[in-house]
Amino acid sequence: MSAAAFKTYRPPVMDVSEEGDELLEVAMGPHHPSTHGVFRMDVALDGERVVKLKPVFGYLHRNHEKIAEKASYLAAMPYTDRLDYFCSLTNNWAYALAVEKLAGLEVPERAEYIRVITAELTRIQNHASAIGFLMQEMGASGTPLMYAFREREKILDLFEELTGSRMMCNYMRFGGCRVELPGGWLDKVKVIVAGLPQFIDETEKLLTGNEILMARSQGVGILKPDLAVNAGVTGVMLRCTGVNYDIRKVDRYGIYDRFKFRVPLGDHGDIYDRYMLRVLEMRESIEILKQALKDVPGGPIMDPKSKIRGFRPKPGEAYGRIEAPKGELGFYLISDGSGNPYRYRVRPPSLINLTILEDMCLGQNVADVVLIFGSVDIVLGEVDR
Amino acid sequence: MKTAEEILGIIKSALPDARVELVQNPSPSAQHSLLLSPASAVAVASFLRDDRELALDYCSNATGVDWPGKEVTEKVKVTRLVEGVETVVEETVKRVAPGYLEAVYHLYSMKHAHREIAGPVVLRMRTANRTDQVQLPSLTPVWRSAEFQEREIFDLFGIVFTGHPDLRRILMWDEFEDHPMRRDYVDPDDYEYEPTPHDEVLKRAETSKSAQAGATA
Amino acid sequence: MLGEGILKGLGETAKNFAGSFVSKERLTTVQYPEERVAPIENTRDFPFLVYDGDDKMAGLRCVACQICEKECPPKCIYIVKSTDKKPDYVGKPQIYPARFDIDISVCMSCQICVEVCPFEAIKMDTEFELSTTDRFGGLLFDRDHLSKSNEHYHKIHPTEASEVDARLAEEKAKAEAKAKAAAEAAAAKAAAAATAPTAKPVPAKEPGA
Repeated sequence: MSAAAFKTYRPPVMDVSEEGDELLEVAMGPHHPSTHGVFRMDVALDGERVVKLKPVFGYLHRNHEKIAEKASYLAAMPYTDRLDYFCSLTNNWAYALAVEKLAGLEVPERAEYIRVITAELTRIQNHASAIGFLMQEMGASGTPLMYAFREREKILDLFEELTGSRMMCNYMRFGGCRVELPGGWLDKVKVIVAGLPQFIDETEKLLTGNEILMARSQGVGILKPDLAVNAGVTGVMLRCTGVNYDIRKVDRYGIYDRFKFRVPLGDHGDIYDRYMLRVLEMRESIEILKQALKDVPGGPIMDPKSKIRGFRPKPGEAYGRIEAPKGELGFYLISDGSGNPYRYRVRPPSLINLTILEDMCLGQNVADVVLIFGSVDIVLGEVDR
Repeated sequence: MKTAEEILGIIKSALPDARVELVQNPSPSAQHSLLLSPASAVAVASFLRDDRELALDYCSNATGVDWPGKEVTEKVKVTRLVEGVETVVEETVKRVAPGYLEAVYHLYSMKHAHREIAGPVVLRMRTANRTDQVQLPSLTPVWRSAEFQEREIFDLFGIVFTGHPDLRRILMWDEFEDHPMRRDYVDPDDYEYEPTPHDEVLKRAETSKSAQAGATA
Repeated sequence: MLGEGILKGLGETAKNFAGSFVSKERLTTVQYPEERVAPIENTRDFPFLVYDGDDKMAGLRCVACQICEKECPPKCIYIVKSTDKKPDYVGKPQIYPARFDIDISVCMSCQICVEVCPFEAIKMDTEFELSTTDRFGGLLFDRDHLSKSNEHYHKIHPTEASEVDARLAEEKAKAEAKAKAAAEAAAAKAAAAATAPTAKPVPAKEPGA
């Protein structure tokens, strides 16, 4: 049968009639203060407990993949900023990595160091904000969020000095970085990195032993490792179940094999593990930053073979991926020899991590659904592209 | 991690009647892919996931590609009657090679992740044409991560996955009627455009204005 | 004791609250628009066209090559070339843009136009308080609105502007040196051609005499 004939058949979203008609169907979202963007969850409730949950999204769908097919390779770079709009520099790096694999470009060492420094700063500010938003949904009225945003402002000021823009950085290019570091930037980074452990200690003193947090998050939203691996979950969601898979250690892209850092793993797979993992990953990022800032070499920041205008890679395809703060962000590019990509695909970590949202939420209360959803840490710009 | 040819050899020795071919990738990334036939795809996928040596238990990316039909001009030798004598004449024949839709899967192994650096194992499946024979078997029963991604391929390309637990549109709304990522998709003309210096919009606005003026004049 | 974690947390918030009265570190809110943060030098908002000197038309660096229009990702630049020419900073007659519109409601400040311009003609401004009530024309900037002087560029991005000026001065010096060398070679050739014909008529006359 063809797709046209198939479209007239619509399976019912909520097939709840056999269970009795005591079930309440609620649409949580898209206008909702706690759904991290325009996102809807159709839940069927038996009293307070969730019986069925179907996520519905697409409210922010801009068909980014089609835009990139019409635009050239360089023009698609500013659009990657807007995918996971919290972490634009890691999005840029993932796209640049995929194009470098496609075209066989080499990145000079100084550019690799700059990439690692900016990526780890991005990771720190993303995890701090994620913890802040999770606490906000738990009812902490924004206090941990505003502490996180205080640090985030310092990091965003650094990005503004380097790239010109706080969030939509458009900084990586194919074969290196766009512009040289401004004078004194590395010293400013060192000052801010020296102040970050104190911020994390403050956050931990405020939150880690907090009985309300522990009562609401321990044992809630448990994810089992086999299901996580089979469902393609990556990032903090996967490591909280105990599976040791961090793409910085597995693929060793960039120069990550030069730095000594540990990968924290969780035991239980619940929300508290994810919160603790984010805190510990922030500490590990500070370790990486300290090591990277010590010996940034001089030299060029762009591959001399790469071109800004008229970039035409040879026909072929490539899949490049990095460990973005939200999970595995991958780009799949097919080139047909012209200046525009033939097929440009973003592998969004937030979308794939939502596959098991229903499994985690079954049997929990509605209030826990908000927390579980917040602990997945999604950004709608990435889910919908 | 084995190369694509070695994995092809392993599959052929385990499942001899599965039709699998190697597709070369000319770019420097050297990520060659395996083309599966739809009939044996689920068996090959299950074998790849359950094999102890390969253990490809993580499907990282599932995506669709649209290859529209191409016009192919060929020179064909044909026997024709030329001035009463039967001669072999070369004629140029134009035919349209039918396009197809393709589903591409990238697999990694989480169990053996720390063995050595490896590129992904890439699987491909192709439909027969782009209009009415667009079914492919769903690999969601093998890797659950393909669930939302195959829904997205159905939504944006139109490939119908048989065996998918819940196949409906995911990014576009349910009543939408076209497949936006196809190469021949045309944007609808009825957005509430405001005049901007964009070339096409300006031209369209001016032509519709002159048409209206011509109609009322 | 039950509640110890909460009490420790309340101690943290109390420290922050008390500290906001004493240290600047803790009180981070800037009361905009009465107070403003000092702008960072490299910031970018929307493009503008640079002209040297005082005259907007005569000193305009843009030569309407349309490279920025082609590379712009959302295609917000619209250029119409002029039919006549005017001299540029080295004196060569160049065409100029008769029409140069940027729709800043579409522009996403990606700064690719600045990156690809070969003539240092378009740079990023730092003004962001551009909201207007005019829905259709208010956010469509034409060439006059976009042309701002080189002094303005020096004011908002001092280091970048001095680098650009140094580069342009270097190119101008090279072009002038080339022109001077070409003029000297032409003068030498003309002088050689002028001395040659005077030698010719003398031997032609002698046999006739």
